[in-house]
Amino acid sequence: MLLAIDTSAGTSVAVVDLTRGVIAERGEADTMRHAEIVGPFIVECLREADIAPAALSGVVGGMGPGPFTGLRVGIASARVFALGAGKPLVPVISHDAIAYGHYRRGHSGPLVVVTDARRREIYWSAYSHADAVGLPVRVSRPGLAKPAELDDPNWLHAGWDRLDAATVSAGELGMVAELTHSHHRSFALNEPLYLRSPDVTLSAGPKRVSR
Amino acid sequence: MNHSDPLVLGIETSCDETGIGIVRGTVLLSNTIASSMDEHARYGGVVPEIAARAHLDELVPAINAAVAEAGIRLADLDAIAVTCGPGLSGALMVGVGAAKALAVALDKPIYAVNHLVGHVGADLLGSDIDGSDTEPLEYPTIALLVSGGHTSLLLVRDLVSDVELLGETIDDAAGEAFDKVARLLSLPYPGGPQIDRVAAEGNPKAIRFPRGLSQPKDIAAHRYDFSFSGLKTSVARFVEQRQDAGEPVPTADVAASFREAVVDILLIKALAACADYGVPRLLLGGGVIANQRLRQIATERTDAAGIALRIPPLSLCTDNGAMIAALGAQLIMAGHEPSTLEFGADSTLPVDQVQV
Ligand SMILES: [Zn+2]
Repeated sequence: MLLAIDTSAGTSVAVVDLTRGVIAERGEADTMRHAEIVGPFIVECLREADIAPAALSGVVGGMGPGPFTGLRVGIASARVFALGAGKPLVPVISHDAIAYGHYRRGHSGPLVVVTDARRREIYWSAYSHADAVGLPVRVSRPGLAKPAELDDPNWLHAGWDRLDAATVSAGELGMVAELTHSHHRSFALNEPLYLRSPDVTLSAGPKRVSR
Repeated sequence: MNHSDPLVLGIETSCDETGIGIVRGTVLLSNTIASSMDEHARYGGVVPEIAARAHLDELVPAINAAVAEAGIRLADLDAIAVTCGPGLSGALMVGVGAAKALAVALDKPIYAVNHLVGHVGADLLGSDIDGSDTEPLEYPTIALLVSGGHTSLLLVRDLVSDVELLGETIDDAAGEAFDKVARLLSLPYPGGPQIDRVAAEGNPKAIRFPRGLSQPKDIAAHRYDFSFSGLKTSVARFVEQRQDAGEPVPTADVAASFREAVVDILLIKALAACADYGVPRLLLGGGVIANQRLRQIATERTDAAGIALRIPPLSLCTDNGAMIAALGAQLIMAGHEPSTLEFGADSTLPVDQVQV
């Protein structure tokens, strides 16, 4: 069983298993309360799944892309939970969970997953299809764009089905990890996908105070 | 749980230091600090997003290092303590999320504590760093906490249950003033050590810079509050006048005189609080305590006033996780219940809330 944590959009925590699927899941779409609810959600999911941290086989962390303040809470939680429980951390790109869920619900064909990046920008990832085991095949790494760029008929993936998602399911994130592991595919890097530099402007030096 | 000498791991991420400390009661086992200070240098001050990213990168290595240094296993811990405020909100959230996950993974209680009160708690660990045994901290005490993020004067009647804010800065923190004046003098960040270095050659009486909120009209409303923005402006004006006149800026004298103004007003107010409340004890904390002149004048004036002065070792004055662990241990030893898991990061957590 895996504990999965994602705070790239709202907050979602789940316990999943390859054969039993999603055993417990908690979600909250509010994007302002990650730090508050991540702890209680972990406790509730472990309790509902009736599993102790030591009995888990790993901890899945959603690496985004996501607005940074919230995204970090889940990654910090996943990394440190893994450390505390003595289990491996399994990094998964959050958009892969959205695409996995889409294909699992019976859709097929090319897909662009879009999530809110705030500041009138969006994060996107493009998938060609789901493979034989149900894993979405990502053909472009997650990107950051102005909404108009995706509407441009000359855009690389123009005309593909588009899925705008406001939440990421940790249950689906966990299932992507289970399938990735059992089919010996490679995992994402254990690095947050901010896709944006920190906002800093180099000051031009002290301002004059006297007239 | 061991209530007499609890083994506590403290997590501190309120500003630019990722601090992981481990204590057993009042015995310091590790004070591991990873600072992102160098990454902020080119911006002349702490950039919150850079600090928060660094916390996420540093947390796991710092916990591993602290555990190794302390010679314990995570499973041995009695509790986790974490700073939940005040501080930079995005930075705090990294520590809060991590601390909750660690507590749940280990099935240990968690104590969400106040950063400023943690600075006072640092004093409890002081004896173990240099090997000498100091007397335990006595109450009540006045505490003056000065850093780049805060400038606060506290009346501490009891560390875990009765801390009162007497005053704080109404604009810049003292450490920020050091950074800004250093930039005016074309000195690098962080400004405190640079000003200290340059000031050593200067005359502290060369220029009479203003002492913020020291006039009778200010005292009425802001008896124990601080203000450093007027001082900074006054230094800027002085520097500009020299430059406009085509004269060299007497950097050493400006640095020494500026530093004197900061140190003077900090101690005037701290000693006034000691006198007003009849408290013959003053504790210093925060990164600015590294300032040589502040230590020197504090020693002179408290000696003259018959006030016992306490300054924790410098590694415990700057932001660190050991002070957070120490405060958590004190809460446990005093029989306080752990925090529930619902707490969040509170960037403006009031100092009278020792635990959330
Ligand atoms: Zn501090």
